[in-house]
Amino acid sequence: MIVGQALRDQQRELTVFRNRLMLAGLAIIVAFGALLGRFTWLQIVQREYYHTLAEANRISVVPVVPNRGIILDRNGEVLAANYSAYTLEITPSRVANVDKAIDELATIIDVTPRDRRRFKKLQEESKNFESLPIRTRLTDEEIARFAVNRYRFPGFEIKARLFRSYPQGELASHAIGYIGRINDADVKRIDTQGLATNYKGTDHIGKLGIEGAYEKELHGTTGSEQVEIDAGGRAIRALARSEPLSGNNLTLTLDLNLQRVAEAAFQDYRGALVAIDPKTGEILAFVSRPGFDPNLFVDGIDPQNWDALNNSPDKPLNNRALRGQYAPGSTIKPFMALAALEYKKRSTEFTISDPGYFTLAGVNHRWRDWKKEGHGLVNMHKAIAQSCDTYFFGLANDMGIDTIHRFLATMGFGARTGIDIDGELTGIAPSQEWKQSRFHQKWYAGDTVSVGIGQGYFLITPLQLATALATLANGGVPVHPHLLKSVQDAKTLEVRTPDFARPEAPVVKPEHLAFVRAAMVDVTRPGGTAAPAFAGAPYATAGKTGTAQVVGVKQNERYDEKRLKREHWDHALFVAFAPADDPKLALAIVAENGQHGASTAAPIARKVLDYYLLGKKSEAKLPELKEDTEDEEHD
Amino acid sequence: MIGRAFDVLSRRIDGPLMATIALTLALGLTVVYSASGGASFDRVIGQGRNLALALFALWVFANVPPQTLMRLAPPAYIIGLALLVAVAFFGEVRNGARRWLNLGVGTVQPSEIMKIAVPLVLAWYFHRHEEALRLRDFVIAAIMLAIPVGLIVRQPDLGTALMIFASGFFVIFLAGLSWKVLLSLSAAAAASLPFIWSMMHSYQRQRILTLLDPMEDPLGAGYHIIQSTIAIGSGGILGKGWLNGTQAQLDFVPERSTDFILAVFSEEFGLAGNVVLLTLYTVLIARGLMIAASASTVFARLAAGAITLTFFTYAFVNMGMVSGILPVVGVPLPMVSYGGTALLSMLAGFGILMSISTHKQLVSS
Repeated sequence: MIVGQALRDQQRELTVFRNRLMLAGLAIIVAFGALLGRFTWLQIVQREYYHTLAEANRISVVPVVPNRGIILDRNGEVLAANYSAYTLEITPSRVANVDKAIDELATIIDVTPRDRRRFKKLQEESKNFESLPIRTRLTDEEIARFAVNRYRFPGFEIKARLFRSYPQGELASHAIGYIGRINDADVKRIDTQGLATNYKGTDHIGKLGIEGAYEKELHGTTGSEQVEIDAGGRAIRALARSEPLSGNNLTLTLDLNLQRVAEAAFQDYRGALVAIDPKTGEILAFVSRPGFDPNLFVDGIDPQNWDALNNSPDKPLNNRALRGQYAPGSTIKPFMALAALEYKKRSTEFTISDPGYFTLAGVNHRWRDWKKEGHGLVNMHKAIAQSCDTYFFGLANDMGIDTIHRFLATMGFGARTGIDIDGELTGIAPSQEWKQSRFHQKWYAGDTVSVGIGQGYFLITPLQLATALATLANGGVPVHPHLLKSVQDAKTLEVRTPDFARPEAPVVKPEHLAFVRAAMVDVTRPGGTAAPAFAGAPYATAGKTGTAQVVGVKQNERYDEKRLKREHWDHALFVAFAPADDPKLALAIVAENGQHGASTAAPIARKVLDYYLLGKKSEAKLPELKEDTEDEEHD
Repeated sequence: MIGRAFDVLSRRIDGPLMATIALTLALGLTVVYSASGGASFDRVIGQGRNLALALFALWVFANVPPQTLMRLAPPAYIIGLALLVAVAFFGEVRNGARRWLNLGVGTVQPSEIMKIAVPLVLAWYFHRHEEALRLRDFVIAAIMLAIPVGLIVRQPDLGTALMIFASGFFVIFLAGLSWKVLLSLSAAAAASLPFIWSMMHSYQRQRILTLLDPMEDPLGAGYHIIQSTIAIGSGGILGKGWLNGTQAQLDFVPERSTDFILAVFSEEFGLAGNVVLLTLYTVLIARGLMIAASASTVFARLAAGAITLTFFTYAFVNMGMVSGILPVVGVPLPMVSYGGTALLSMLAGFGILMSISTHKQLVSS
């Protein structure tokens, strides 16, 4: 009975056990079925989605920055080039205390105060996750020393980068311009031009001059590299690469040898010179003094240098050739004469007797000639050669401002010349309308009289003046000045020369031009105002001196340089082209506070022309800046 | 001579089970090689050493008759319990958990002993009371289970506690705990969930939250699950090929040679590989259940059933976790994940299954 009971219990227990085992087996089938379902869902239905995610995980597209095109002068001298160097860069967001880390770095490699200041400035201008250079141009030894200690500097990285260098330093700096780090405004511009992709990885952009204006040619096309990265972001291997295409190389019209002669000729004077080949519009020398060293801007300029450049009374960053606006003074007289001939307001024979001043009926004011006692009997030729003010006061008055304006406009005054770099100012070729809109004032007859000798409201830029002179030298056919000579395509290596010339007719009659040119030649001959500067020149130069007042002189006073501060001294101007019968070079010069066109500006022109036409350098010196000039010469 | 040696070696080895185990282990070594970067054999050799030891344990356990095992179960349980208590007082703390005990000759993890001791001691208990099982017996069994589980939870080692709890629970379940009690216990457990939640460590809570929404914290707690899911999904039907899994080889899969090794396997061998692995596990489990069903004593039945179901639980929890349907619990993929201790207890369990399968004639005769 008990055995039977036990057996029954055992039987029951076994049945329960087997039932439960079966149940467990069923649960296992369900569970494994669920896993199989999950795997099927992930690996078949969602496979594409996860495949994309996996690829996005491992593949990183890194831009490969192209080499920037190099810039050469017309003889192949290098104006801007690239060199590769190692930089030590910091990503501020990855460093807890940047200042402390830099202090520590300074115990291993040199970190100058200038480096720190520049880094600080960069840091203020950039986002925290950008990698910013603390040191550039590391030596091999410095690299080795950092490499040993690199575990101490998380967030610091040594990178090989291409740098821009301007081997000529200050020479022609205003024409070449410079590149600088891309700022917010640049980013916006790049975005609106749809170039954002092409600038991925690029830190620098042309800011000024040729570097700025031909940014598109110089930058090149950014390549890319697909890199496989691991979970830590380290690159494991390159998967694919599309090579970048270097920027195009530019050859400028500048002749660096001529540029050197021209810049040296200025000595310590501030000012500008533009020299143009009148047949082609090619600018052979483009001077704005003082210059600056564009290399300072490449890695980001440090605040001290920036302040020095920005606050200097010499304003070295001001491109005087494009943006300096000066009264043309007497250099405008040949154009006034031409205007009168073209509009038949004067014949070449018309003669006046010059008492040394000019008066207008009903106006109680004497417009004085620079020569107190007057020039005697003066016709147009003599008026130009000796720079008679009285003659041109009357001439301007007879023409009226609007006629003058119309002619000046045909010569390009009051408007941009269209030179192929940015920043040009227009100057002012005044008219009744201009005065009304600018000052809401009526134009007075007296206003016109001053304009006749290039004073009053009239303002030019040196570039405009040089261009207008080149137009005279080119037989009256307008000249379009430019700095780019040719572009070498980085891919095909083909050289293409953009055509800046337009088919245009002369804007003045040849006989009028011939007359004015002859008078201008006499300016540089004995009896002319620039005769001393051109004594013994084996070529004929058509020139004109000019002096522009910086401060007005009262009616009963005479200009007395000894009583004025140097920055209030008159500007000296000179324009010329030579050889007069077959002009190869036309130029305009402004020497700020040079006082006399004949003694300060004309010798600069002589040096430039001697070098360009004869290939020789002269050693003649300009008058000292503080010397008391005793001679009566003026113009 | 050689034939005789082979006979001694294989007398207690269950053929079908051993063949399937061998296949699974081979597959595991292949994946460990890939998961270690495929550049050196260091890990594979290390795992080979673990395997040798574990296979020896399997052979030893297979050769111990079930009656002996039953006799050894209570002392093993007592020793294990003593060691667990010792751990609670003198244990070494690593990674914030007190799991290891330094015995002078080396450190041991007493919870590993309990993986085998707990199901065996409960099977032993039910075997002794087989004539008339009352509710009281189940309560005592539950207490015998709760003490070690409680100690291990406190270490804390939730994964191991869970697996030991499962192994004990399976014994109780198979012993025939009435459905009435089972259901009311489940209801009570559900009711106490908020209380359990409040007792949990914050990282444990985070793991559960992460399961519910891994994208909530994609770089933190969700990272593991997101990356392993990407690895599995991107494997597709046939996989990216051995050593070619980008997620695995480029380190995106975390803990790729241990708990998350399934992601490596799935990425490189695809759905096809997963089907093979599930099939191998199914065969192992089916064979285990067959052994349990035909075992001749209560102890043998319960032990074999619990060991088999625990093995299943390992496989399911790990695969469910890596594929994102279960919370992250530190449980290795059985016989595939790199590591010695889990392998040792796993193969010891299979040794017991073989012992039960090959000794039953002796018992019944």
